[in-house]
Amino acid sequence: MLSSKHILGMDDLTSDDIARVLETAESFAEVNQRRIKKLPTLRGLTVVNLFLEPSTRTRTSFEIAAKRLSADGINFTASASATVKGESLRDTAATLSAMNCDLVIIRHKYAGAPRILSEMMDCSIVNGGDGIHEHPTQALLDLYTMKGALGHLEGLRVGIVGDIAHSRVAGSLVPALRKVGATPVVIAPPTLLPSRPDVLGAEVAWDLDEQLPSLDVAYMLRVQMERSDGGMPFPSLREYARFYGMNARRLAAMKPEAIVMHPGPMNRGVEISADVADGDRSLVLTQVESGVAVRMAVMYLLLGGADSGVAA
Amino acid sequence: MALLLRGGRVVDPLVGLDAVCDVLIRDGLIVEVGVGLTLPKGEEVDCAGMVVLPGLVDAHTHLREPGREDEETIASGTRAAAAGGFTAVCAMANTEPVADEGAAVRFLLEKAETEGAVRLHVIGAVTVKQEGRVLAEIGDMASEGAVAFSDDGHGVAEAGTVRLAMDYIKRFRLPIISHCEDTTLAGKGVVNEGVVSTRLGLPGWPSAAEEVQVARDIRLAELTGCRLHLAHLSTAGSVALVRDAKARGLAVTCEVTPHHLFLSEDDITDQYDTNMKMNPPLRTREDAAALLAGLIDGTVDCIATDHAPHAAHEKALEFELAPFGTTGLETALGLVATRVVTAGVADWPEVATWMAHGPRLALGLPEVRIEAGSVADLTIVDPSQEWAVSSKEFVSRSRNSAFLGAKLTGRARDVLIGGYFALQDGKVVV
Repeated sequence: MLSSKHILGMDDLTSDDIARVLETAESFAEVNQRRIKKLPTLRGLTVVNLFLEPSTRTRTSFEIAAKRLSADGINFTASASATVKGESLRDTAATLSAMNCDLVIIRHKYAGAPRILSEMMDCSIVNGGDGIHEHPTQALLDLYTMKGALGHLEGLRVGIVGDIAHSRVAGSLVPALRKVGATPVVIAPPTLLPSRPDVLGAEVAWDLDEQLPSLDVAYMLRVQMERSDGGMPFPSLREYARFYGMNARRLAAMKPEAIVMHPGPMNRGVEISADVADGDRSLVLTQVESGVAVRMAVMYLLLGGADSGVAA
Repeated sequence: MALLLRGGRVVDPLVGLDAVCDVLIRDGLIVEVGVGLTLPKGEEVDCAGMVVLPGLVDAHTHLREPGREDEETIASGTRAAAAGGFTAVCAMANTEPVADEGAAVRFLLEKAETEGAVRLHVIGAVTVKQEGRVLAEIGDMASEGAVAFSDDGHGVAEAGTVRLAMDYIKRFRLPIISHCEDTTLAGKGVVNEGVVSTRLGLPGWPSAAEEVQVARDIRLAELTGCRLHLAHLSTAGSVALVRDAKARGLAVTCEVTPHHLFLSEDDITDQYDTNMKMNPPLRTREDAAALLAGLIDGTVDCIATDHAPHAAHEKALEFELAPFGTTGLETALGLVATRVVTAGVADWPEVATWMAHGPRLALGLPEVRIEAGSVADLTIVDPSQEWAVSSKEFVSRSRNSAFLGAKLTGRARDVLIGGYFALQDGKVVV
């Protein structure tokens, strides 16, 4: 069980909750190595993937997680849903609520959308990414990955590099790192920083090269070219790569055990060079793998304790 | 018809009056102000414990008619104004269609004549359809009775167009009202750029987006000599710019809203309450304090509501999609009474300056003084009435108040317009 019915943002989770998710995910990760990966845990429960913004990776990850726990997974995607016909989010929520679902994962273009769902529905809500606000399960799988690779989380110095201002990944990862005793450092040109990065609780740096020797993790964010409305927030992709791209030279400047992460999808040659992305210090695919186990853990902890009579 | 207001605290700083006395009204005019007045024939109104003010005016109201009568009408909006203690409102031009020609002004004034509960003043558009390109028929509208011109609520024009408009409006000796928002800086912003935009992941709207335009329009007013009124200032920097302009003797006035005075960005929480979504956005507590300081030192001329009614289903959208604005006509006086007068920050003479004389002077409306010969537009306030803002009690057609649940002390009891009650014992009677 978790202390909150919903995971709308990292504020809903205590450090104990986080520890419980990571611990539970470990046992599911073991299941995911078996040939038969299905558990009967959530049989008869309905999990809705309400993805009102295009997403393949996150939706697939949640979908696989639900299937492995034997839940009935339903996908509502933007193109298929009523929203393109002009239905409001509240009406979509009321409609889903009338169908008695047990868990809704929502991905939406606008911040605060999961809150609207939680007001309209009785079931648990998981934020699968809302606007430029938060993406808490991504942060949880990132913590899981870091812990797996480095053995611990407390005391780690994690550089998050790139478009902090428009990154829901950073929006959740910064508070998540603080809750487990790690130090987040956001590294970007001022044009890619939110106006008050200090309120996120991260250290702020403009110069990646200065930070590299002290980092345990370099977390490279995707350059979100589709979000920069009007003028690009930097002169060119080439110049971005020159100042903020991870490459072999920069990797060599880091501690020998330091790792590189990326939430995907990657722009090879921009924020991360191909050789680093495919190299042995890149945990990009481990993150994807962890995602399934962590999302299974989240679903299990939110639903398994309900009066459904099931156990792990 | 004669009316004697007996024993209220009668407050009018314009005539240096603040005393418990009587006000005698006959045929729509104040005929005598004094102690121990008698009325052989007519109605006597007990005003003991009440505060009698020159009628309050709202310099910035969105009545939504024509076009969005589901949100507000001239009838419902002016009734809401009466309920809130106002004797007059100034209707902004951003209706559907836009009030950008004389016929539109005449329509509004004629409609208000038959359906309105309080006096209506019409603000015409500066440019056709408020598109910021071609000058609207400003002279035509002025001839039909428009009191000022503004493109508030729509796109904001480039400097050259504003200069042209100011030069032309000056000819009719009326003010232009600027809604200051540099859209290239405000971008897709929905909240103040800063702590809250960062924490909630909402697009930010920096103070500078307002201030650069305040500075620009002050400079253009200086160039053209047109009277400039600045709508809903929200930042400390804007107040400083106006203070400087006034010190240089420019004909610049400005208003602030109750929501920018009494709320701040800190009131926008992870509940994402869209009733807190305003244009301009709620700023910091320091900004709010600077607005109040501006009122107290006379930099800010008046409090205006920017009453912006919106349909419930539109405000129920995601924060980034919901329309900007809060209603304000029915809460403004109670908020000022509670958070300024009861709080001891200022007294009723200042309230009369900010809510009765300030707006009239800024927009050049006919004066109302509590002295013999003046029109009897009066607001009688019960300063000790305690009440809570409830969505069930609004006279307005809309419910989107940023102050739902607020506990207030002080409320209009009566509103007299030309000697007739529009509000009597807390009930709208027109």
